[in-house]
Amino acid sequence: MSAPTTTAPAAPPSPSGRRRGTGPAAPPRGRRRPPLLLLLPAAIIMIPLVAYPIYQLGLLSVLDFGQAQASGGVPTSFVGLGNYQKILGDGQFWSVLTQTIGFAAFCVVATLAVGATLAVLLTRVGRISRLVLTTAAMAAWAAPAMTGSTVWSFLFDTNLGLVNKTLVSIGLNGFHEFNWFYDKWTSFLIVGAVVVWHSFPFVMVTLYAGIKAIPTEILEAAALDGAGTWATFRRITAPMLRPILTIVVIQSVIWDFKVFTQIYVMTEGGGIAGQNLVLNVYAYQKAFASSQYGLGAAIGVIMLLILVIPTVLYIRSLRRTGNEL
Amino acid sequence: MRIVRRAAAATVLAATCLAAAACSPGTALPAGDKAADDKTGTLQVWLYNEAGNAAKEAVVSKAVAEFQASHQGVTVSVSYIDTDASARAAKMKGAFNDPNSAPDLVEFGNTDLPGYVAAGGLAEIGADLDKWKDKGDLDPAIAKTAVLDGKTYGLPWWVAVRALYFRTDLFTEAGLAAPTSYAELVAATQKIHAAHPDTFGIAVGGKYTFGALPFVWDAGGDIAAKEGTTYKPTINSSASQAGIKRYTDLFGESGCPVQQCADLTGGKTVDLFAAGKSAMAILPNSSRSKVDAGPVNGKYGVVPLPGEKPGSIAPAFAGGNNLGVMKAAKHRTLAVEFAELLASPAYQEQMYDAMGNLPTLKPVNAKVAAKDAFLKPFTDTIAAGTKFVPLDQGWAQIDAQAVIPTMLQQIVTGKADVAKASGDAATQITSAFAAR
Repeated sequence: MSAPTTTAPAAPPSPSGRRRGTGPAAPPRGRRRPPLLLLLPAAIIMIPLVAYPIYQLGLLSVLDFGQAQASGGVPTSFVGLGNYQKILGDGQFWSVLTQTIGFAAFCVVATLAVGATLAVLLTRVGRISRLVLTTAAMAAWAAPAMTGSTVWSFLFDTNLGLVNKTLVSIGLNGFHEFNWFYDKWTSFLIVGAVVVWHSFPFVMVTLYAGIKAIPTEILEAAALDGAGTWATFRRITAPMLRPILTIVVIQSVIWDFKVFTQIYVMTEGGGIAGQNLVLNVYAYQKAFASSQYGLGAAIGVIMLLILVIPTVLYIRSLRRTGNEL
Repeated sequence: MRIVRRAAAATVLAATCLAAAACSPGTALPAGDKAADDKTGTLQVWLYNEAGNAAKEAVVSKAVAEFQASHQGVTVSVSYIDTDASARAAKMKGAFNDPNSAPDLVEFGNTDLPGYVAAGGLAEIGADLDKWKDKGDLDPAIAKTAVLDGKTYGLPWWVAVRALYFRTDLFTEAGLAAPTSYAELVAATQKIHAAHPDTFGIAVGGKYTFGALPFVWDAGGDIAAKEGTTYKPTINSSASQAGIKRYTDLFGESGCPVQQCADLTGGKTVDLFAAGKSAMAILPNSSRSKVDAGPVNGKYGVVPLPGEKPGSIAPAFAGGNNLGVMKAAKHRTLAVEFAELLASPAYQEQMYDAMGNLPTLKPVNAKVAAKDAFLKPFTDTIAAGTKFVPLDQGWAQIDAQAVIPTMLQQIVTGKADVAKASGDAATQITSAFAAR
């Protein structure tokens, strides 16, 4: 989120001349040129890289556009909202959407729980332990989604996986050749674990920085008043971290809503009979794998619109914390 | 703020106008515009990278050397592309979208043909092949798989059909002969699994479309039937449903446990049989080298997959690969000539020796069948009549959207019964054929 704007938000002057909010007044007339110029560098980058692809996406979504149109010289035709009708009329879309929201919610909650716990832990342990923990977390963060998913698939492999072998060796014979990806929920659980594993370090590091920024006097005062770890977290740390937490939550929501790699790799394209499909994988399977680019673009636009909601919330909460955009 | 907003609006507006004026969605120029017929230079060839590819490369490099010797100033550059369905589809789409980077000659699965033709990727080579001296020897049923709307887009290079591999040691121990009917096959799974609880009666997979289709065809069903110019789904006809039921009934305690087999592809069933984990499997002739490399080497036999009627053979899918000249080819004549060399009797025979791929030329087929008894069940299967998927670009979509695997998986996992799952599949098949 680096798009620079000029000033903190300022409401238009009300008729009575009073200003609402805390922002400064609109700049005087003579100073109106510079803001536009300042916008230019960002515009040069954002327009070709963001605006133009989104425009193309929107355009494709109202066309009948397949491989025959892309390379076969077949003329395309305008289908209006036909692609959208097709998607929204597909019962599977709605069940996949519900599933995606549920899965994203699970991942967000789990990521936050793990990240927050470890962030608090980081403030408690000695230097060596902190170094080890941070390095381990960074390694998980740095692992490409593809690699991480593949390694986890090996661990949970039906016949040769370490997990099944270990469980059997401690006497749980039910796990002999147990297929973790047969059941919808165990599949989601494992894929969710991998998503969390990939994304908790960000939460941990951000929250750790936030906790470190809390003045020690406040924490000392709490300790003097007899607050334990949990009470301190609940009454001091958490409220003071709220702005950061909000941002972390919203970012996680956006990321976890768009999960693709982990599902695609670990459940081999969406699981048995498509039971583990999420929206992104559904778009790929439904549209791009079969070269129905117009249909795929329509799903892309729908996802974009859904994600605008958390993004707006994100921008609003950024402003509330006093961070300029 | 107001100014910022106004500026942003202006920029967006400007960008929109610019973009609208400049570009419609990325469309490649018709590939034919880029085509040429250079007689010298580098001939780019894409072939499939298959299991045990070193043997294939050895044969192909001999052909390359021969071709380069007889064509002054020509270099043949062969790349081996990933055979995995989605990887090769992405690779081929890339070649269609960017004719400048497209090869001259490609190997492709015969079911991919209608999609590639619709994408404007393949050149029509019927007239060129008419002059080919070996054309008359092509098996007509196989030659038909390279023809669409009366035009020929490929040269059938090899075929693969599936038959029933079975463990001779386990069958002998159980006092059984090779099954000659579906009922005997089921009985064998039960008897062998009862004696060896760790062994699956038969390796089948929820994603193994071409393992399932013979049962559908044997029951008199099909995926779709041609009506006029388009196809109507028949996957939910009562005959098809009977066949689907016979295949999905093989998933279970004594056949292939659902937990283990619901998500298997055809390739994974090869692994199961080769590892000695199953007593039977429906595998192509080309799986022989993989099976021989494992612990069941010398302990298995092959018979045609039995149909329901005792002694009958379930129609097999006529799988195979064609050689096709790209529409954007820069060396059209050379590409055709190299394809004809690869498909010539001498190289078809060598390809059989190297890879176990069945020749498409009848005399060569007879020759290799005579010297190798292993082939008999496969040639018998071909002789009994093979079947094919709908030759229509709708098939590309049905395949990409995993319509048949989803149907099978819904049934074997109990999420839907045969009638419901095949009805859903029929709906999707209808929309795939309508989408073209």
